[in-house]
Amino acid sequence: MISLIQRPEPSRAWSLATPLLAVLVTMIAGGIMFAALGKNPVEAIKVIFYDPILGEFAFYYRGQLLVKAAPLILIAIGLSLGFRAGIWNIGAEGQYIIGAVVGAGLGLAFFPLDAWWIYPLMVFGGALGGFLWAMIPGVLRVAFNTNEILVSLLLVYVAENILASMSTGLLQNPDGQGFPGSRNFRDFPAAYNPELIAGTGMHWGVVAAFIAVIFAYIVLARHILGFQIRLTGEAPRAARFAGVNPTRLVLLCFGISGALAGMAGLFEVSGPAGQISIDFNVGYGFTAIIVAFLGRLHPIGILLAGLLMALTYIGGEAAQAQLGLPAAAIQAFQGMLLFFLLAGDVLTNYRIRFGRAEAA
Amino acid sequence: MKMKTLLTGAAFALGLAGAAMAQDKTKVGFIYVGPIGDGGWTYEHDQGRLAVEEHFGDSVETVYQESVPEGADAERAITQMALGGADLIFTTSFGYMDPTVAVAEKFPDVKFEHATGYKRADNVSTYSARFYEGRAVQGHIAGKMTKTNKVGYIASFPIPEVIRGINSAYLHASRVNPDVEFNVIWVYTWFDPAKEADAATALIEQGADVILQHTDSTAPLAAAEGFDGVIGFGQASDMAEYKDGPRVSSIIDNWAPYYIARTQAVIDGSWESVDTWDGISTGMVELGEMTDKVPAELQAEANALIEAMRSGEYHPFTGPINKQDGSAWLAEGEVADDGTLAGMNFYIEGVTGDIPG
Repeated sequence: MISLIQRPEPSRAWSLATPLLAVLVTMIAGGIMFAALGKNPVEAIKVIFYDPILGEFAFYYRGQLLVKAAPLILIAIGLSLGFRAGIWNIGAEGQYIIGAVVGAGLGLAFFPLDAWWIYPLMVFGGALGGFLWAMIPGVLRVAFNTNEILVSLLLVYVAENILASMSTGLLQNPDGQGFPGSRNFRDFPAAYNPELIAGTGMHWGVVAAFIAVIFAYIVLARHILGFQIRLTGEAPRAARFAGVNPTRLVLLCFGISGALAGMAGLFEVSGPAGQISIDFNVGYGFTAIIVAFLGRLHPIGILLAGLLMALTYIGGEAAQAQLGLPAAAIQAFQGMLLFFLLAGDVLTNYRIRFGRAEAA
Repeated sequence: MKMKTLLTGAAFALGLAGAAMAQDKTKVGFIYVGPIGDGGWTYEHDQGRLAVEEHFGDSVETVYQESVPEGADAERAITQMALGGADLIFTTSFGYMDPTVAVAEKFPDVKFEHATGYKRADNVSTYSARFYEGRAVQGHIAGKMTKTNKVGYIASFPIPEVIRGINSAYLHASRVNPDVEFNVIWVYTWFDPAKEADAATALIEQGADVILQHTDSTAPLAAAEGFDGVIGFGQASDMAEYKDGPRVSSIIDNWAPYYIARTQAVIDGSWESVDTWDGISTGMVELGEMTDKVPAELQAEANALIEAMRSGEYHPFTGPINKQDGSAWLAEGEVADDGTLAGMNFYIEGVTGDIPG
């Protein structure tokens, strides 16, 4: 008989060990699945986890890891602030889209002008777009006490339709022969977000993600806002007695997460994606929610979780292309990783006792 | 400096490919927008890939990646394939256009083929099929067979290829049935069975008894099966499993001959950048077998239409045709030119609703 006994306090040791354990168990369980699909499990695991970092073409993949991880980290950092305070912004995907549309639109308005201030203006536009879009659920919550989860989520679909309208209307490439999609920013150097050092994948969005990590770390550890956020999440009543203004906190958390998501969208559209197109968004805003929790809502944890997620994507793609693994198998593999991570949390909060359960 | 590393890497990859060539093995890669089991668009491209494998046997190796999003991820997937030593890469969706061109610049010795786009380079070809020829037959059958005079159309993205399909189907439906109305729903996806099924159900509930689709899954046919007297068509693939149900015919994309020919060209060293747009006459577009639900007389008409297009004697866009706003587009007997068709961004007269955007 196995029983779970709640720990008086979450175990720090287990909290650090479970991610590693989860990766290990995923490799074993995933390996069994790959073997059942008739592929060499050791080779598949190597292609996913080893090759992108140290394999033959790692010079290319390492940069791609940063490109893939940057938007996830940037968005997740913003979300984590609110999540800690029990403020649920589920619509980062929509803020990401609107940030990209506003920022890209500002830039394209000046095509083909060559001026240094265009790109900074676009970044500002991206942040502003995301900020304003996030203010809708934020303000509705503080003014009418609406459910911010529902409102922010539903606004994603509104944003997707705005994106579709923009790429077939206002922002459509006039030289695009009627096809949807904006001009490609590659052809507009003043508004392009290039690799800062060729081959490294390092673009402005990656820089911004690193700055956000450091910034969030300082805010949470040293700043009164961080204290208020943590207090509100852990003891809402105590927070009110301590003088935390909940209205201000909701707006701040929505504003910051929206602005960061909007910036992530702008960096992506002006760099790796290259253009506004109907299906420009690929779910970073939703995956970032997973990344935030995977990283335990801690800035350093989010940094590592973002890189790990990126690794499973990139390694997973390589496994598809090289070994002919079906895409669904890779998704199942990613699912396993999340499943084992969350299951591992049980060990953080509970200890296992073998033998007969004590009478309650 | 690192760019040089990348190029060295690319050169290295080409070296590998060269080595592979020495063993008489050409590597052909495919990038798919949906899963190979979608039963439609991607399925048919994968049938083409399998045909390449079968035709060339051990001398050709194929690789593929499915469900690749159209955007930043596509560029990485294509680069990955090029690095992996592919000699020829087919990117099989419109949204892969810019990524394909960008990767092609970095790998000048790898050949690229982009489906349904318009940007070419020395090592980038484009190819597409004249699906609108199939749509003409479909429209003819739909116009004759609808009893409610309402045809539902599930459209993916408002790009010329899709608009052309709507126009061609409507034109031929309204010629045989002036009362026919088209109701178009835009779903903004190529492959999302749940959305496609919802769209089909909504259209049927609004009175449509013929469902046409420009999306890749069999979900609309599955949804139509639940209603009496509703018919549909296989899209991109035969979708023969619905023969006893709503499917009365289909438009089949047959890529196999093209893929085999292009692979052969790479092996021979005769590959050149071209723009291919083939239809019924070369077999790139085929009409699937008509079921008994289609009256024999109508089958004969449809077959005559197919033959007329095969022989080149009839072009689906032959005037007089006006644009939606009533302005003249094609005069009596005038045939649409490929340029206008390729960039078609307007409805023809009689189609109701607006193109989004």
